[in-house]
Amino acid sequence: MLDKVGIAKRIAKEVKDGSYVNLGIGIPTLVANYIPEGINVTLQSENGMLGMGPFPFEGEEDPDLINAGKQTITEIPGTSYFDSALSFGMIRAGKVDLTILGAMEVSEEGDIANWKIPGKMVKGMGGAMDLVAAAKNIIVAMQHVNKAGESKLLPKCSLPLTGVKCVKKIVTELAVIEVIPGKGFKLLERAPGVTVEEIIKATEGKLIVEGEIPEMILD
Amino acid sequence: MNKVVSNAEEAVRDIKDGATIMLGGFGLCGIPENSIRALVKMGVKNLTCISNNAGVDDFGIGLMLKTHQVKKMISSYVGENAEFERQLLSGELEVELIPQGTLATRCLAAAYGMPAVFLRAGVGTEVAIGKETRTFNGIEYLMEYAFDAEFSIVKAWKGDAHGNLVFRKTTRNFNAPMAMAGKITIVEVEEIVPVGALEPDSIHVPGIYVHRIFKGEKFEKRIEQRTVRKKI
Repeated sequence: MLDKVGIAKRIAKEVKDGSYVNLGIGIPTLVANYIPEGINVTLQSENGMLGMGPFPFEGEEDPDLINAGKQTITEIPGTSYFDSALSFGMIRAGKVDLTILGAMEVSEEGDIANWKIPGKMVKGMGGAMDLVAAAKNIIVAMQHVNKAGESKLLPKCSLPLTGVKCVKKIVTELAVIEVIPGKGFKLLERAPGVTVEEIIKATEGKLIVEGEIPEMILD
Repeated sequence: MNKVVSNAEEAVRDIKDGATIMLGGFGLCGIPENSIRALVKMGVKNLTCISNNAGVDDFGIGLMLKTHQVKKMISSYVGENAEFERQLLSGELEVELIPQGTLATRCLAAAYGMPAVFLRAGVGTEVAIGKETRTFNGIEYLMEYAFDAEFSIVKAWKGDAHGNLVFRKTTRNFNAPMAMAGKITIVEVEEIVPVGALEPDSIHVPGIYVHRIFKGEKFEKRIEQRTVRKKI
């Protein structure tokens, strides 16, 4: 079973050289720390920046320079700044190659719910609806089951949707899964020490298991 | 041409009860903090505020929530404010949540003189309820209208008497699109420079969009999430 860092490390292997990537808040943010040597990516932050650098050294924080999670960050050689309209323009035009974000639920069709729980204080969708409606490739980083032990990989989402038919891949503490619209969740890899049976048990939606399922390689 | 006014109070003087105003910034980054303080002092009420976020309890739009000056917020994310939550749950405050890119692009539509735009965000979700749709090349889009706000209040880094503006780093965010979207645009800057001092090739918002500009008295520039790394 993977911890959060493990999920981030496995997703980092999906990042292609020369790509533009938008990372959501939480586990997705960690992915930046584990991108393999020799893979050059440009991180897009939807508040208006391409080429996002690491956190600043203590004492060098700049209140005029934050990421979409409102954290202080730095610029790197080649950084560019722009406004929010242009930022979502480039997202909408499909220029961002990969979006990695968290989710509360994902359906067999690739629908995603990650912004609202009825009856609870709703904070808003931020840029998530724009991102999932536009990105060419969307990978979800999440726990396989919720705190109540219920599967988050469902035949249909029960929570209000963020986007429809958009998720391509899911990486959880148990497995790497591909979404094949019209067919279901295809099991690609299992986490170290996790059996296929455990993954089947934790997946409420239709899980396609074909042949031997390899264990993830993380490092 | 001289659009310079002496201070925030003078800049916001004719904003009346019930007005719709746009406020720039992302989180607390680049918010028009001097103008917000002036609006609190003035006590104008029943405002509809279009702003990506709603500040925190004791800074930014949070200050106007505390004094019950806001009737409605139109935002994409409003998470960081306990008073906001209290007013929302008690029904004192109305909130319309819209996708962040839609928010930005509805500003752009106003800035570019386009009545509406077709956007993919929110298709198949509750955001689409009640909206007209159109299908282009087999893909469904929502029709989203240009914002129609009486005032835009934004913060820039530098500006001149003509209203030409330059922003610094990630403070351009909603400030630039909103500066261009208002019927009356009010800008607070850290520095007013002589006309001709800004490099014409590097102006982010041309002065034609700006009506009033003033040098902010005080910029606290509060940081919402201070994240650092250790020097090795």
